[in-house]
Amino acid sequence: MSMSRREFLQILAAAAAAGLALDSHGAQLAANSSNFYELPPFGNVSLLHITDCHAQLLPIYFREPDVNIGLGQSLNKAPHLVGEHLLKAFGIRPGTPDAYAFTCLDFAQAARTYGKVGGFAQMATLVKKIRASRPGSLLLDGGDSWQGSATALWTKGQDMVDACKLLGVDVMTGHWEFTLGADRVKQIVDNDFKGKIDFLAQNIKTVDFGDPVFQHYVIKPINGVPVAIIGQAFPYTPIANPRYMMPDWSFGIQEDSMQQAVNEARAKGAAVVVLLSHNGMDVDLKMASRVSGIDAIMGGHTHDGVPAPTIVKNSGGQTLVTNAGSNGKFLGVLDLDVKNGKVTDFKYKLLPVFANLIEPDVEMAALIEKVRAPYEGKLSEKLAITEGTLYRRGNFNGTFDQLILDALMEVKGADAAFSPGFRWGTSLLPGEAITMEHLMDQTAITYPQTMLTEMSGETIKAILEDVLDNLFNPDPYKQQGGDMVRVGAISYTCDLRQGFGKRINNMMLKGKPIDPGKKYKVAGWAPVTEGATGEPIWDVVASYLRDKKVITPRKLNLPKLLGVTGNDGIG
Amino acid sequence: MNPVRRTLLKSIVTVGMLASAISVSLVKPAAALVASWNKNAFSAKTIADAMKEAGYSGAAESSDILLKVPDIAEDGAIVPLEVTSNIPGTTSIAIFAEKNPNPLVADIQFSNGAQPYISMHIKMAETSFVRVAVKAGDKIYSQSKEVKVTLGGCGG
Repeated sequence: MSMSRREFLQILAAAAAAGLALDSHGAQLAANSSNFYELPPFGNVSLLHITDCHAQLLPIYFREPDVNIGLGQSLNKAPHLVGEHLLKAFGIRPGTPDAYAFTCLDFAQAARTYGKVGGFAQMATLVKKIRASRPGSLLLDGGDSWQGSATALWTKGQDMVDACKLLGVDVMTGHWEFTLGADRVKQIVDNDFKGKIDFLAQNIKTVDFGDPVFQHYVIKPINGVPVAIIGQAFPYTPIANPRYMMPDWSFGIQEDSMQQAVNEARAKGAAVVVLLSHNGMDVDLKMASRVSGIDAIMGGHTHDGVPAPTIVKNSGGQTLVTNAGSNGKFLGVLDLDVKNGKVTDFKYKLLPVFANLIEPDVEMAALIEKVRAPYEGKLSEKLAITEGTLYRRGNFNGTFDQLILDALMEVKGADAAFSPGFRWGTSLLPGEAITMEHLMDQTAITYPQTMLTEMSGETIKAILEDVLDNLFNPDPYKQQGGDMVRVGAISYTCDLRQGFGKRINNMMLKGKPIDPGKKYKVAGWAPVTEGATGEPIWDVVASYLRDKKVITPRKLNLPKLLGVTGNDGIG
Repeated sequence: MNPVRRTLLKSIVTVGMLASAISVSLVKPAAALVASWNKNAFSAKTIADAMKEAGYSGAAESSDILLKVPDIAEDGAIVPLEVTSNIPGTTSIAIFAEKNPNPLVADIQFSNGAQPYISMHIKMAETSFVRVAVKAGDKIYSQSKEVKVTLGGCGG
């Protein structure tokens, strides 16, 4: 593998074609790219980490957010740094491949220069290369692997289960996996994964007696060092997603039980304790300050590509907290030096997976081709051409979400629309065809029904306030880690200095204030209550796209924000 | 997981033996308390009134009361709650949900040295503090924690 000279020249040619003046540093990095993935081994215990790949088997574009606001103790700290603030905090030069990977800066141009990211065949090659220099290392998957693409939805996660097994995943936890239904998850864990992948979750218990549903942790020897991996599933799965899909299981953060698992693992001789977490980074940071005895938290859920770990002090010493991005864009590598039963030093690298720099793994490529074959015709249907960049990430809106809102309002004849603040979904560059596959990347869930609901102005405000608090509650344990619900047609101001119920003001629709007592027709999708029967969102948006043929650059409906002066979470 | 225990317990419920199982426990069942039903306390509209009527005013915060509730309720209709009082001589524990229309949820007496531990589900109307108050001798102690009740959806 490693980037061949031919590919390197292709990159430079592409850079020249895009009119990008690589600065001397950028040129040097590109020139050294044959060594880009040469990561000298360190220490004696290595853990590789992927998370939130959202079933993206092929290389994709993924634009990082330009709005990721942190307040209070999270203000201007990772992961709440975007754009140039992130570059500055982590010493990344603008215009470099790393700047492209970690920020949204000059996204379309940088994407044309450096190409797509991720892809399981590329990831497989990279994992093999890193593992070759790190015998005994483990590969951890933080979850959200079986959802996010058409093929994952249509095969009930089977394509990803097979791909993750082939990739060599050793340990996994979950979140969106559970939206395939509790029975399906159990079926995979008890059969496909049996003897191959440990699916762990210390925070899932039965509703009736609080019995464990999955193993809480495993202890595996790495080069003679006993290493415990504890699993933490997304604590708010039955709240953020439909509870009826896992009715017999209770989740939650379960800090006491976490401490108990750490103590138990230590008592059994674990020299290293690592938490494979789907808490989201803000929750992980709080947990690291309160639970002692965890050496490192390998985190996901909030899709934060954080170049270096945050070190959190606690009563047991310190805990490294990492977050490894999303969509197969990154591979986290944590090397620990363990001496006399203690971690004495570490190195961490979050490697961006540049698809053009890595030769695809033949076996993985063959598997991907095989699982896609029956669906290729459907996936490749061109629905429309986009003139602007389409992306989802951002606290309040993204252009693809705006497109979904526009489609919902027009097709449903609604006054306004809501679209969930999901953080998955790939990006498209200006001039690209929007295929059915792209549309499914934004919408492939097991509860895709659309609704048209009469809501009072008062209800609309209550919903917006409720979701905002999930994002900005001062206590990370009371946050859910998604983004704000995207709102079509209704404008509002959002005062982030205020508390629950008081953040939203000046709600307006078509120049008129929203009347609390008046009813409005609001379109939406992804209901968490059982029994919805509306047309799936992908059909609604597909019909809109086929009709429009050309999608002009979207104008984002964004709230006016108050209380964010000097916030480095705004690019 | 212990499927045998689950099946066994389910069958006990089915044959109607649960009532007798309760009656032998040290916590007095609701029926036995009818005589001492404190109507004023249970129908009070504010937590201050409810605490006063139930005889728990003037409580001092105590970390010897362990209150386990979720940070965010998975279902406001059935919020799991666990209380352990490590205060010697605990004779009763009361549960209040601050913003419920009637904040007093339960007032449980412990007799004959019963271990002051409660595990139950409570119903919560909206995000609010859950407060537990403990009576030990002539002293009153309390502890509280906020439980968020949310509409759900929109995650991740």
